[in-house]
Amino acid sequence: MTASTYIGRVDKVIYLGAEALVAEGEFLGRRVVFKQRISKPYRAPELDKVIIHRRTLSEARILTLLEQAGVRVPRPVFIDPLVGLIVMEKVEGVVLRDALKDLDRESACRAMASAGTEIGKIHRAGVAHGDVTTSNMILSKDGSVYIVDLGLAKHIEDIEDMAVDIHLLIRVLESSHYLVKDELFKCFISGYREIVGDDLTRKILDKVSEIRMRGRYVEERRVRKTN
Amino acid sequence: MVIVLGVESTAHTFGVGIVSDEPRILADSRFNYVPEKGGIHPREAADSFIKNAPRVLREALVQANLTIESIDAIAVALGPGLGPCLRVGATAARALASYYGKPLVPVNHAVAHIEIGRMLTGARDPLVVYISGGNTIIAALHGGRYRIFGETLDMALGNFMDTLVRELGLAPPYIVNGVHVLDRCSEGGKFIDLPYVVKGQDTSYSGLLTAALKAYKSGARTEDICFSAREIAYSSLVEVAERGVAQLGKKEVLLVGGVAASRYLVEKFKTMSEYRNLRIYVVPPKYAVDNGVMIAWTGLQLFKKGVTVEPERAVVRQRWRLDSVDVHW
Repeated sequence: MTASTYIGRVDKVIYLGAEALVAEGEFLGRRVVFKQRISKPYRAPELDKVIIHRRTLSEARILTLLEQAGVRVPRPVFIDPLVGLIVMEKVEGVVLRDALKDLDRESACRAMASAGTEIGKIHRAGVAHGDVTTSNMILSKDGSVYIVDLGLAKHIEDIEDMAVDIHLLIRVLESSHYLVKDELFKCFISGYREIVGDDLTRKILDKVSEIRMRGRYVEERRVRKTN
Repeated sequence: MVIVLGVESTAHTFGVGIVSDEPRILADSRFNYVPEKGGIHPREAADSFIKNAPRVLREALVQANLTIESIDAIAVALGPGLGPCLRVGATAARALASYYGKPLVPVNHAVAHIEIGRMLTGARDPLVVYISGGNTIIAALHGGRYRIFGETLDMALGNFMDTLVRELGLAPPYIVNGVHVLDRCSEGGKFIDLPYVVKGQDTSYSGLLTAALKAYKSGARTEDICFSAREIAYSSLVEVAERGVAQLGKKEVLLVGGVAASRYLVEKFKTMSEYRNLRIYVVPPKYAVDNGVMIAWTGLQLFKKGVTVEPERAVVRQRWRLDSVDVHW
């Protein structure tokens, strides 16, 4: 956390993932989150540099693009692609995965609809999130949902990229919120449809069923019987 | 004591192994099909299996100093693999089972690779990295099955390595003195930029192959291509595995399958394991590649749990997925 020594400070590590260390603290007088990509000693140094540089740059660019498109994402404050650091504004609130356990039906539905709206806005901006889970959504105090961790985001190439996002969300609902998954998904889609439109939403949902049938993903994978 | 004879014939190896539940390996007999040029030609491989099967079987019984009558069950790899090759092993095993009145045990080749690895290394609850010419799978045992955490979206790692060196005019043979040609031609190479692809938890090698061959055509040095392609292919696999251990909270990693014999790849895993505080287990090279012993060993576990199949129903399954097999032990 090189830059923070002089103009900010790290208070505590929130998460140590396989790819990055995420910590919160202060930077230029604001509450921020530091995301520091970690150098991997098993990679050749040249490759390591390229990967960290590209992924940091791509994430920062996408965050900026989305922020300007009016999506509720953390605003990037400072980027150093060469060392793999992104500093972004801290989003105050509760992780949606945890919040859903305590919310009544109506508030839960409202939160999921808000999440649907934001994911819809992300898609409309031409970006696929790549890791749509309720852990990557923050429910703020005013009831709106912010989307975080754009580390796997990419520019949409075709409808499948959007469908994969929706598919991932369904899987998460099935595993983490299985008792109310259908209702939560319905709420999500109502918010999503408002942004994306009826036609495209229908096409995307068809694609989602196709992906499920294709069975590329663990739980839904099916054996193709031969001989 | 229970003794099981296992037949392997999913790809380029026709192997017969005999194991007992002491546990002991009583016999390990193999025939390897080596193409004169190109990759495996399934029909030619199958033809060579047919010619060599009786000899391999006899040799196994001689090694074990047993007659077929003293075998308790016949295990056979029914998939996944190449159809023509699989059918040779299946036919031989069905014939043995019906003629001698022995129970027939259906074994999944991928499960067998993992189980022989666990048996020989003593790994208890590992994240399994199964890498071979036909498979690139990262899996872990959960709820009675090996669940797939990540896998290749297109080519298997071994297939990628073989195809690359073949197209560079360096192979076959693909492995010389136990070292893959890709590891040899990487020596002295410098890093050039080729596409590094990890999609979520899955790897992909076909784009890397295309880009590497393009670089070759436009005059890049062979050693640079080898080094960079290998570096990228291996690193993306380690990255996905690291994500797997982080997410599933595993403390062990078990490398199985033919590509696990690459010392350079194992080094990368060891480097990762040091800062992750993991134990890395690698199946011994002799049993990393396809063999009959692993089929016999897995068949033995299944047989003890009462899993058998009637010979007339023992059809081959070219796409028998790892995560569709119940693991009872």
